[in-house]
Amino acid sequence: MHWGGIVSKLVVDVESKLVKLLSSFINLVVVKLPDDVYAKLCELRSREDSAWGKFIYDAMFRNIELALQRRAPLCQDTGVLEFFISLGEDFPHKSALLKALREAVIASTQQGFLRPNVVDPVSDRNTGNNVGPRVPWVEVEVVPGASHADVRLYVAGGGSSRPGRATTLDPAEGWEGLVRLVVDTVIEYGAAACPPLFVGIGIGATVNMAAKLSKVALLRPLGSRNPEPKVARLEEVLEEELNKLGIGPQGLGGLTTVGAVHIEYAGRHPATFAVAISTACWALRKGHLRIYPDMTCEPLSHRGEKLEY
Amino acid sequence: MSTKEELTIRTPVVNEAVLMSLKVGDVLYITGTIVTARDAVHKRVVREGKPPPVDLRGLAIFHAGPVMIREAEGWRCISIGPTTSRRMEYYEYEFIEKTGVKIVIGKGGMGARTAEACKKFKAIYTIFPGGCGVLGASRVKRVTGVEWLDLGIPEAMWILEVENFGPLIVAIDAHGNNLADAVLDSARAKKDAVTREIVEKLRIL
Repeated sequence: MHWGGIVSKLVVDVESKLVKLLSSFINLVVVKLPDDVYAKLCELRSREDSAWGKFIYDAMFRNIELALQRRAPLCQDTGVLEFFISLGEDFPHKSALLKALREAVIASTQQGFLRPNVVDPVSDRNTGNNVGPRVPWVEVEVVPGASHADVRLYVAGGGSSRPGRATTLDPAEGWEGLVRLVVDTVIEYGAAACPPLFVGIGIGATVNMAAKLSKVALLRPLGSRNPEPKVARLEEVLEEELNKLGIGPQGLGGLTTVGAVHIEYAGRHPATFAVAISTACWALRKGHLRIYPDMTCEPLSHRGEKLEY
Repeated sequence: MSTKEELTIRTPVVNEAVLMSLKVGDVLYITGTIVTARDAVHKRVVREGKPPPVDLRGLAIFHAGPVMIREAEGWRCISIGPTTSRRMEYYEYEFIEKTGVKIVIGKGGMGARTAEACKKFKAIYTIFPGGCGVLGASRVKRVTGVEWLDLGIPEAMWILEVENFGPLIVAIDAHGNNLADAVLDSARAKKDAVTREIVEKLRIL
């Protein structure tokens, strides 16, 4: 009996199905804001009282509607894609899922849902299909005892990624140094990053820990707080105070400069207090897709949406 | 502002008086031709001294890199919105001087050199709401051409026929007034007070 052929055909089927599914997921994330972001924008809009700000919110909400009607990416800058993948230990399609990511990105680019953004830094040429050296960026973790896979996607334009900073402070500067860095970043780079902004802050022993956690912070559902009460309080205080800067929607002045501040931390070293800041624009495009062993799935960030595959 | 009368300007701009009458904060729409020009185009024109392949006199340039798809009849614009204008601050004075462009569209504001150019060469800088790419594309009637496509889709010069393209908020007027810089200066002035306030509240924790 020659099972080999049949087995490999099944693998190919699963992989091509996953390419389709992931590509549909990417397309959904660039067209439609997740439920929590949409709800937050409605709240921010009702809080804004500057004439400019209201005018800009009107344009934003018209754009959100038009993107859905036309099934077109709501912002032309669809970034360089970042995937955060939690693979259940018992999820049966682990390698198929990881292999399918690149093909899914290429497919979405060909369909006009992603602008070709990836530039090879050595040749200085745009690769034309959004894949290139080490990108799409993929972070993988294995979850013991789970049988499903969670795919989280983060899409951010260059403008909103530009304020990103990471540095190692001395422990003596610590939290105060962090506050100075955040305030300075929002003032100096915030206006061009399409406010109201979402601010993710990471803390750790080294810059790579802090930088990763700043993205994890941005992916956390809006409305949630860090479980440590002191850190949760700092998130609130930063939100209140940064909004006093008056930068406002699109940097033209107003009450709503930041929509949320999220902080995530890891243990630090006695000699270091590494901090990183990542900012997201008002159009915070993130998605969370759960895939089950039988290949059924749920877009947890976009309730009620059906994905084709 | 939504309460203000909406002004439509035709490009190429032939009557400078209209531009001169605009003040920071005014809202306008453009009907006519706009051409995308961002980092690489500015670098080519200003630093490498290459003449732009499109006559930009009186036109509007847009700091933007669109999503385009190629169809049988030509290119179609799917999504187009502004990129961060301050990256073009290094070049914009000379770009306006060399090309005779009259309206610059972008986001986030521009600095003192651009304001100086706007005053000297009677041009304006306007902001299109960032992230509103589909709203932008909905006002593009036709993609009439593309130049310097070797720079890649986001960086090429896309020539667009637009109708009521906007809303565009005047952020630097032809007299050199600078709205975004005023907001930035005011935020900088609050920096120490806001930082102190957070640190104080942090101590209580």
